[in-house]
Amino acid sequence: MQSNDATPVLELKGVSKSFGAVVALRNADLALRAHSIHAVVGENGAGKSTLVKIMAGLYQRDTGTFQFDGKAVDFRTTAEAKSAGIAVIYQEPTLFPDLSVTENVFMGRQPTGRFGRIDKAAMRAEVLQLMERLGVRIDPDRPAEGLSIADQQIIEIAKAISLDARALIMDEPTAALSGVEVDRLFAVARSLRDEGRALMFISHRFDEVFALCDTVTVMRDGTYISTDAIVDTSVAEIVRRMVGRDVKELFPKQVAEVGRPLLEVTNLTQPGVFHDISFTVRSGEIVALAGLVGAGRSEVARAIFGVDPYASGTVSVDSKLLAGRSPSIAMKAGVALVPEDRRKQGLVVDATVASNITDAIRDTLTRFGLVTVRRENTEAQIWARKLEVKTAALDSVVGTLSGGNQQKVVLAKWLAANPKVLIIDEPTRGIDVGTKSEVHRMMSELAGLGLAILMISSELPEVLGMADRVLVMREGHLTATIDRVDATAENVMFAATHASEEVA
Amino acid sequence: MSAATATTDRVGLGSRLWSLVSSRETGIFLALALVVLATTFKNPGFLFSSDGWRDLLLTPSIVAVVAIGQAVVIITRSVDLSVGSIVGLSAYLVGTLFVAFPGFPVPLMFLVGIGFGGLLGLVNGALIAFGKVPAMVITLGTLYAFRGINVAWTGSNRINASDMPDDFLNLGTQQILSIPVLTIIAVVILVVVAWYMANTRGGREFYAIGSDPDAAELYGLAKTKRVLIAFVASGAASGLGGVLFAARYGTINSQVGDGFELQAIGAAVIGGVAIVGGSGTVLGAVFGAYLLLTINRCLPILGIPDFWQRAVTGALIIGAIILDRVLANRQAKRLVAERDAA
Repeated sequence: MQSNDATPVLELKGVSKSFGAVVALRNADLALRAHSIHAVVGENGAGKSTLVKIMAGLYQRDTGTFQFDGKAVDFRTTAEAKSAGIAVIYQEPTLFPDLSVTENVFMGRQPTGRFGRIDKAAMRAEVLQLMERLGVRIDPDRPAEGLSIADQQIIEIAKAISLDARALIMDEPTAALSGVEVDRLFAVARSLRDEGRALMFISHRFDEVFALCDTVTVMRDGTYISTDAIVDTSVAEIVRRMVGRDVKELFPKQVAEVGRPLLEVTNLTQPGVFHDISFTVRSGEIVALAGLVGAGRSEVARAIFGVDPYASGTVSVDSKLLAGRSPSIAMKAGVALVPEDRRKQGLVVDATVASNITDAIRDTLTRFGLVTVRRENTEAQIWARKLEVKTAALDSVVGTLSGGNQQKVVLAKWLAANPKVLIIDEPTRGIDVGTKSEVHRMMSELAGLGLAILMISSELPEVLGMADRVLVMREGHLTATIDRVDATAENVMFAATHASEEVA
Repeated sequence: MSAATATTDRVGLGSRLWSLVSSRETGIFLALALVVLATTFKNPGFLFSSDGWRDLLLTPSIVAVVAIGQAVVIITRSVDLSVGSIVGLSAYLVGTLFVAFPGFPVPLMFLVGIGFGGLLGLVNGALIAFGKVPAMVITLGTLYAFRGINVAWTGSNRINASDMPDDFLNLGTQQILSIPVLTIIAVVILVVVAWYMANTRGGREFYAIGSDPDAAELYGLAKTKRVLIAFVASGAASGLGGVLFAARYGTINSQVGDGFELQAIGAAVIGGVAIVGGSGTVLGAVFGAYLLLTINRCLPILGIPDFWQRAVTGALIIGAIILDRVLANRQAKRLVAERDAA
């Protein structure tokens, strides 16, 4: 009959963590108690995952105290945290694709007999037992490769249960689960709670938070905001604390004249990835594609640009059907894609600013098949100046620039090609707050010049502030189209987390 | 209830039988059998003369031992290009020791070769695990460095059979129950390593690390230690390979083991060890070594000119990789379709 007033199983106080100049977590407090399920909510980038990784022993905190079972601890590796009794289920399941389900559950701590021989029969029997307890049928001998995210998540949970952990941390375990699967997971979570374990639950779905948890902590921009008992608070109150500022003022989109449709996508389908996606983006418009990570947004963008395949559907640019599916055809038609991972996909980080800016128009700069630095520089100069790329010289290596300036170089590269449609995936990820508004101002100006902009963003304030229209995706389906005037944090979140109708 | 259990058991047995029949190892073994049968049909002496039988088992034994170590390294998503140079150095060390101490005990010489190879493997492993440099680069460097040391040390010298004791050289040709001793040694190594890889925590961790290094980190597996052990094992196997080479051929110059690295990698890949790590077995690698070296001996008998040998080797390797790719794609497609249907 332990009450919630007892010493917390796990307690963090004043914990901070920075990566270089970027502060990921500032002065965070958290106490997980036995017999309790504790929710942690916040937007993407609020510092939840950093918090989880500190508890898991993957990151080391810079400041603050960390107590587990009343004792100060300092985990240097995940193995230490695990053996102390902290199990973590990550947002992205981390399984070994080549190994069997059973091996995945037990890797690193298999039961062994004589000569260190692994007792495979015992392992298999325990996995069968775990699967029964979780109410699922997964062949324990099949490889983890090709399992659905839901099944992979189940294996992660089986792993955590078999660890007999005192504290179980779940980082968005329900993001990819169906209604039935969520119910099953919650039943397991409640039974673990009743056994006296401490659980932490990160989720974007408020109905789940309110159905499952007894305490809720809100985080925003790497900072701890508040902790309340669930019964003392409401969804509206939590959303207000999560967003915490007047979003419309931060990201002003200027009014632009909306013209003819420049990008028309009809019934785009790729089995297993996205289904029946149709929408139109007009000249002068910014349309946001919102949704949770893994909802298939980037895949749609990449399919439009011709990098990823699609099984059926059509893409038209400026009323002309794209003749084929390759980036060069899309580029010729006037589509530009600024990818999410600009360092890997958007830039040649070891090359100069000038050479990066002229990458997409290299063909037009050649004379007798040769490119001269001078021609490159003249062309690059125009765009570097327009976008105010802060760099000592055009021959600086791009890898040495800040995130914001790198993003400007990527933008400059595409703008030099004079596109009609600009697809931009997470325009401000990893960019500091000051430069963020500059990127937003630039996007707004581009729309004013008559470009059609499709923006993929996981940051709600950005979506609400910038977009003329918000398209919301959930698990590969378009679940809502919301006009600027009607869009609120709640209805976008709702569409991103709820199936419009759950088919049994 | 019991009926249901019986059914699952039978399904389990059936699928196990099917997985044995359809396994890569079985496929490679059948291919090997086919090649041997075809050659024997053309020239019965290839299998049925006492020399033919012996050579069939003996010739690939040394590369097979080296390929076992190589397979362990590749399974952890690395590669060891320096094995051939380690074979060379180890063989020359053995010869030099016999010249200096003619009465050197033979069993001890095996330990010296294995230990010396392990030490060179440790150099590779330490540079890769602690320096965080890709194995491809480090072992390409040590391939040249070790060979360079060998050339500097050996010069134009050469160690001949007459420099080594008879009971050592006899190992290279002796047979027990018509099985060559060197083959027996290779099989013993195979059984021990295969058992370790399949049945111990350490062995499974090699697979885990090769399958997904980031996940291995999150699981808290000792990645650095495992990588180190894999390279020491590969070095030790190559060191043993050097000892076996000395016993088998009796003549040691500065070029011993040249090209073994490509044969060992080829053997592993043909035998179904995925070059990206995480899957395959050492048994497959050994079958791969036997197929690779036996085909080279069969081609002339089958009337295919010598200079096609390398092309055939290449075709085998490329064929094996394409086969892997096609099977993996088909599997992925099937699983995605299943998921959508569900």
